[in-house]
Amino acid sequence: MEKILQVKDLELSFNTYGGEVKAIRGVNFDLYKGETLAIVGESGSGKSVTTKSIMRLLPEESAEFKNGEILFDGRDLTKLSDKEMQKIRGKDISMIFQDPMTSLNPTMPIGRQITEPILKHQKISKDEAKKVAIDLLRLVGMPKPELRMKQYPHQFSGGQRQRIVIAIALACNPQILIADEPTTALDVTIQAQILELMKDLQKKIDTSIIFITHDLGVVANVADRVAVMYGGKIVEIGTVDEIFYNPQHPYTWGLLSSMPSMDAEDAKLYAIPGTPPDLLDPPKGDAFALRSEYALKIDMEQQPPFFKISDTHMAATWLLHPEAPTVEPPEMVIERMKKFPGSRYYEGSAN
Amino acid sequence: MAEKLVEIKNLKQHFNVGKANEVKAVDGITFDIYKGETLGLVGESGCGKSTTGRSIIRLYDATDGQVLYEGESVHGKKNKTDLKKFNRKMQMIFQDPYASLNQRMKVMDIIAEGIDIHGLAKNASDRKKMVYDLLETVGLNKEHANRYPHEFSGGQRQRLGIARALAVDPDFIIADEPISALDVSIQAQVVNLLKELQEEKGLTYLFIAHDLSMVKYISDRIGVMYFGKLVELAPADELYANPMHPYTQSLLSAIPLPDPNYERNRTRKAYDPAVHNYADGEDVKMREVSPNHFVDCSEKEFAELQDRLAAKK
Repeated sequence: MEKILQVKDLELSFNTYGGEVKAIRGVNFDLYKGETLAIVGESGSGKSVTTKSIMRLLPEESAEFKNGEILFDGRDLTKLSDKEMQKIRGKDISMIFQDPMTSLNPTMPIGRQITEPILKHQKISKDEAKKVAIDLLRLVGMPKPELRMKQYPHQFSGGQRQRIVIAIALACNPQILIADEPTTALDVTIQAQILELMKDLQKKIDTSIIFITHDLGVVANVADRVAVMYGGKIVEIGTVDEIFYNPQHPYTWGLLSSMPSMDAEDAKLYAIPGTPPDLLDPPKGDAFALRSEYALKIDMEQQPPFFKISDTHMAATWLLHPEAPTVEPPEMVIERMKKFPGSRYYEGSAN
Repeated sequence: MAEKLVEIKNLKQHFNVGKANEVKAVDGITFDIYKGETLGLVGESGCGKSTTGRSIIRLYDATDGQVLYEGESVHGKKNKTDLKKFNRKMQMIFQDPYASLNQRMKVMDIIAEGIDIHGLAKNASDRKKMVYDLLETVGLNKEHANRYPHEFSGGQRQRLGIARALAVDPDFIIADEPISALDVSIQAQVVNLLKELQEEKGLTYLFIAHDLSMVKYISDRIGVMYFGKLVELAPADELYANPMHPYTQSLLSAIPLPDPNYERNRTRKAYDPAVHNYADGEDVKMREVSPNHFVDCSEKEFAELQDRLAAKK
């Protein structure tokens, strides 16, 4: 498969009055053409910062690239000038934000907001751009698009606003679409509609999607591959089946166990104890060690490297080292592993 | 079944009554909350679930209908002592722990506010001790008492909200989306805390939320609301295993679960109120289709549901 974006050894810090916050501490991943990569993790794990650094949307006076590169189309995005970046942003790479009310301009009719990127990036007349915008609105399922072009954001519902934001993001047929919690502010039924729409559109225009969310249900629904972030690093990455049915990192175990399953009995919900690490002064060893009951002595001393589980699956935990003791994952995780061929708990076909 | 603690009878809450923009936020709902149970209330935003909670605790004056707490009406004229008596028994936990705590007050005073109003502490050291105990109950420690809300994380703030509600030793707590603003791993911590407190103190909860998997986990019974009306009410497991109202079915089919195999096969059902095709004047109300399972339906639909149930057996 064709790699469309490569993030290599990315390190980024924020310079604050309190000192240097090491928000991203060595992130590596590739994005393939036409796939959906989901990034999960709790607030402060660096998932939004990673994608904002791809879009170069971080404040330049405080955010500083320390190391690494972001390769797109043979160019390193971290080194581009603002002008060069503006040609890419909104055209080749575009973004959908969480809150559709704050990402739309309340004083501008939505028609103008959709034609804006088209007119900026393409050499076409205003009338033609208008036609494109109407087609886009139709594409995202807006009824009577001709009439609605002149309306303002407050005249739309939350779900409709998110559809408009998606229309703007797709206006120039981007190669990469970054969706930062696009459905978190929406109701389940509206969320389902938006997710269906995004999957549908992805098939039509063959774009790659980076999908950020903390809702694992949504991840299971949309993702081809999943990256789990913790404390400014990716701790596990693999296909959606590998992450959900054969997770290896204790943090992934914790995440999966803390969601009640629909057929769960009244057992106590597993809660990951403690709080995320302070990235002003990140821990020397494994950032998750202090909250993990599976932590080994070496976790306090040294950061674990990535261990390969399959060609597509990697996890950074010392538990995978050949000399590490074998541990029993939490019960809910074993239940999941029973469905995964190749795991040591596999119990034949799940169906 | 257990003793009724709260009875909600045909409660209506309309806003802008008599004007063109009249909103019937809650339009005639009836249900009981039993002692020691957790009743979950779910529905889309704007369906009136939060308004219901706020009307029950008298944050709004009900337009019509009654709320009885241990047989006594919550609404209507009351003198100060009666009102205080009610306020002590019923407390509320709000959704946004950033907005519901006064930023200019220290944690000590935020939590002790209820204690002061009701005169529950004998002297200053007693007051202090009560606050320290409450902080400990919700998993914080006494050093936190001298801090301000901005020094806490979201999960910790929600714990403060819970401590504040517990301060007056209530029997009944209305939790309005108490975990929606929190991270997944923190949600589990807060939900576990609420469950532990319930066991310890025998609390009764009305748990309002839109996250259906969490609601199922915490609730004994669940009510589903749609456009100001209750459309289905059943024990939690029963509701998920056997949803009868088309809206409930649609709502359940929309929830994504953390299970890729399930997700590949899930199909979503849309709800169209027109499917009912009610005739004019048809008597649509809550009927008990199977034991403890109530569905908002007409006489005809009721017969159909019962036939379907019989066919299943």
